[in-house]
Amino acid sequence: MNEYLVDVNNERLSFFTPAGEVKALNDVTFHMKTGEVLGIVGESGSGKSVTAYSLLGIVPHPGRMLGGTLMFNGQRLDTMSEKQMESVRGNQISIIFQDPMTSLNPVFTIGSQIVEAIRLHTGKQKRTAWARAVEMLNLVGISEPEKRMRQFPHKLSGGMRQRVMIAMALVCEPKLLIADEPTTALDVTIQAQILELMQSLRKSLGMAIILITHDLGVVASMCEKIAVMYAGRIVEYGTTDEVFYCPRHEYTRGLLNSKPLLDDDAKQNLTPIPGAPIDMLNPPAGCSFAPRCGSCMKICVRETPPASEFSDTHYSLCWLNQKAVFETAGKDEAR
Amino acid sequence: MTNLAAANLIEARELRQYFTVGGFLNKKRVKAVDGVNLSVAAGETFGLVGESGCGKTTLGRTILRLYEPTGGSISYNGKDITKAPMLPYRRKMQIVFQDPYASLDPRMTVGEIVGEAIDIHKLASGKKDRTDRIIFILEKVGLNSEHANRYPHEFSGGQRQRIGIARALAVDPEFVVCDEPVSALDVSIQAQVVNMFEQLQRENGLTYLFISHDLSIVKHISNRIGVMYLGKIVETGESGEITLHGAHPYTRSLISAIPIADPHKARKRERIILEGDVPSPLNPPSGCRFHPRCPYAAARCAEEEPSLNETGKGHFVACHYPECS
Ligand SMILES: Nc1ncnc2c1ncn2[C@@H]1O[C@H](COP(=O)(O)OP(=O)(O)OP(=O)(O)O)[C@@H](O)[C@H]1O
Ligand SMILES: Nc1ncnc2c1ncn2[C@@H]1O[C@H](COP(=O)(O)OP(=O)(O)OP(=O)(O)O)[C@@H](O)[C@H]1O
Ligand code: SF4
Ligand SMILES: [Mg+2]
Ligand SMILES: [Mg+2]
Repeated sequence: MNEYLVDVNNERLSFFTPAGEVKALNDVTFHMKTGEVLGIVGESGSGKSVTAYSLLGIVPHPGRMLGGTLMFNGQRLDTMSEKQMESVRGNQISIIFQDPMTSLNPVFTIGSQIVEAIRLHTGKQKRTAWARAVEMLNLVGISEPEKRMRQFPHKLSGGMRQRVMIAMALVCEPKLLIADEPTTALDVTIQAQILELMQSLRKSLGMAIILITHDLGVVASMCEKIAVMYAGRIVEYGTTDEVFYCPRHEYTRGLLNSKPLLDDDAKQNLTPIPGAPIDMLNPPAGCSFAPRCGSCMKICVRETPPASEFSDTHYSLCWLNQKAVFETAGKDEAR
Repeated sequence: MTNLAAANLIEARELRQYFTVGGFLNKKRVKAVDGVNLSVAAGETFGLVGESGCGKTTLGRTILRLYEPTGGSISYNGKDITKAPMLPYRRKMQIVFQDPYASLDPRMTVGEIVGEAIDIHKLASGKKDRTDRIIFILEKVGLNSEHANRYPHEFSGGQRQRIGIARALAVDPEFVVCDEPVSALDVSIQAQVVNMFEQLQRENGLTYLFISHDLSIVKHISNRIGVMYLGKIVETGESGEITLHGAHPYTRSLISAIPIADPHKARKRERIILEGDVPSPLNPPSGCRFHPRCPYAAARCAEEEPSLNETGKGHFVACHYPECS
């Protein structure tokens, strides 16, 4: 049996658009244990959301998985029928989408939507489902839940709607919660409330969380493992401390350096990553970060770097890590 | 008095901006900006932070008279412009909009977008001068002459933001309101744009009002910071002073909630989690507007509105009990 709750191996996925093939995921591999929090960070368009959607079987048209395997709790997701998938979705894996307004129906009350979700997944009686919904709203910190249940989504503030979404995602006590930029639309003060809430629910329910964000600060306080994505690949993976304190990919280093820290008092220039984010329709050959990388070598623009492992939990895809290899092999093309 | 006023490029006094919303029978007033005093010295960057909806954009636009103020006064370089014809000032006072894409006309080339600004203010002496100016400014913001013939959709987010900045700077402004100029950009590109703003300021002596809810960026770029809450500035001071010794309970909670990209520090730190939601500006709380969410609120806070008092050199706080937090 598989020791992992989530076990994604060599996933490849493309969108076949009229303009050409967008290779959204190239050989994506990662594992998660029960109760673990994995942060996925990276450039906009690097494939963070698509990775999540594929686990739920909701990759939009014209996207198609081309290879690899997706295992969840001992079941194979990528070969499941839509009907089997439906029982996984919501029951075992839930998602919180970035924009709560698009995923709440404006013409139904909050209460009827949560009750509907509960009944769909558990077949509970309406009255029991209602009581459960009240309990859940209480848990996510919504005061006067009975009153809120009778209101329509537009009467609630952004932070409250996001908490309603969390409540809906959690009613079935999923084993895995996917939170796709759950706090990007919110203020830091409300964001702090929601992150705190997710942490405490993880502890009490023991669920695993995939937290997608581009905010390294959010990841630093929430996650145990981090996957850094660039152009459809996980270019670095490791524990939070490994990635923050010993980054082994030039994109990760750039990302960590580009943001001013609040307690830096030196008035020095920021260190940006030069260049523009990549065009996914025409990705460069070799390492996709090469055109923006300050340490780019000849080999980087020719061949995709292999994974180099630094510990049981830490790997990265960067030719710099292989330098010792071609130096001992006498190849001088590294320079 | 005149001397003092002249030292500041921008002076807003008791500035108010109310919007009327709702229909005939249930008309209500949103007090988006409600009595703000603010001064920005020439060559300075003043950072404005605060929760979504607290009135930052409205304040920036009211200072530029893109909205007619409901009350209070604005002066520019010592001259009262609250009711003055704005034509002589339009060129000098510019804005960079938050969303770089929505604010650029997709049917115009970059050269036309920048050229239009030059034409409006009749800055070019001839066709050649006009072209020279366009190319000069594009190069200044890190684009090149070849980009002038391309359309906005052909550019990345960071480049589009540069186009918006080029348009604002093409007319040689003195004062620029930068409304969330980096929030829509990829993290890897933000630093490029921030560095460019700083470089342009060094070279051209620009004065900025820099609006953002990202306090770490605001701190980096600003000399002074103002913290807004529900239409009012509740604390203002030197940027290091505000981020290290913020005294208003709202400022403190804001700073404590900012995610720190350093796992050891992030784990050790204590967040001040605010209870409740942001109240509506349609119906602001009595007394101190922050009192329903404030961990230190006492009876007095619900009754009496605190005024901005100087607690240290150039550091002003509107709180009855600033020593508590
Ligand atoms: N429906 C679609 N049709 C065509 N291409 C798509 C579609 N959805 C996603 N893509 C492409 O797949 C790639 C990965 O997209 P994804 O949404 O996963 O990015 P992301 O990392 O979540 O970015 P962001 O941070 O902006 O949300 C992108 O290059 C995108 O253009
Ligand atoms: N044209 C308008 N008509 C009516 N109300 C408005 C108008 N513009 C802004 N408001 C209201 O005024 C308040 C302040 O809005 P403003 O856009 O200035 O906030 P902000 O601080 O810039 O927020 P954000 O960080 O989300 O950009 C909000 O409650 C908003 O709904
Ligand atoms: S005045 Fe009172 S309510 Fe307002 S911030 Fe200070 S302590 Fe809190
Ligand atoms: Mg996404
Ligand atoms: Mg705004």
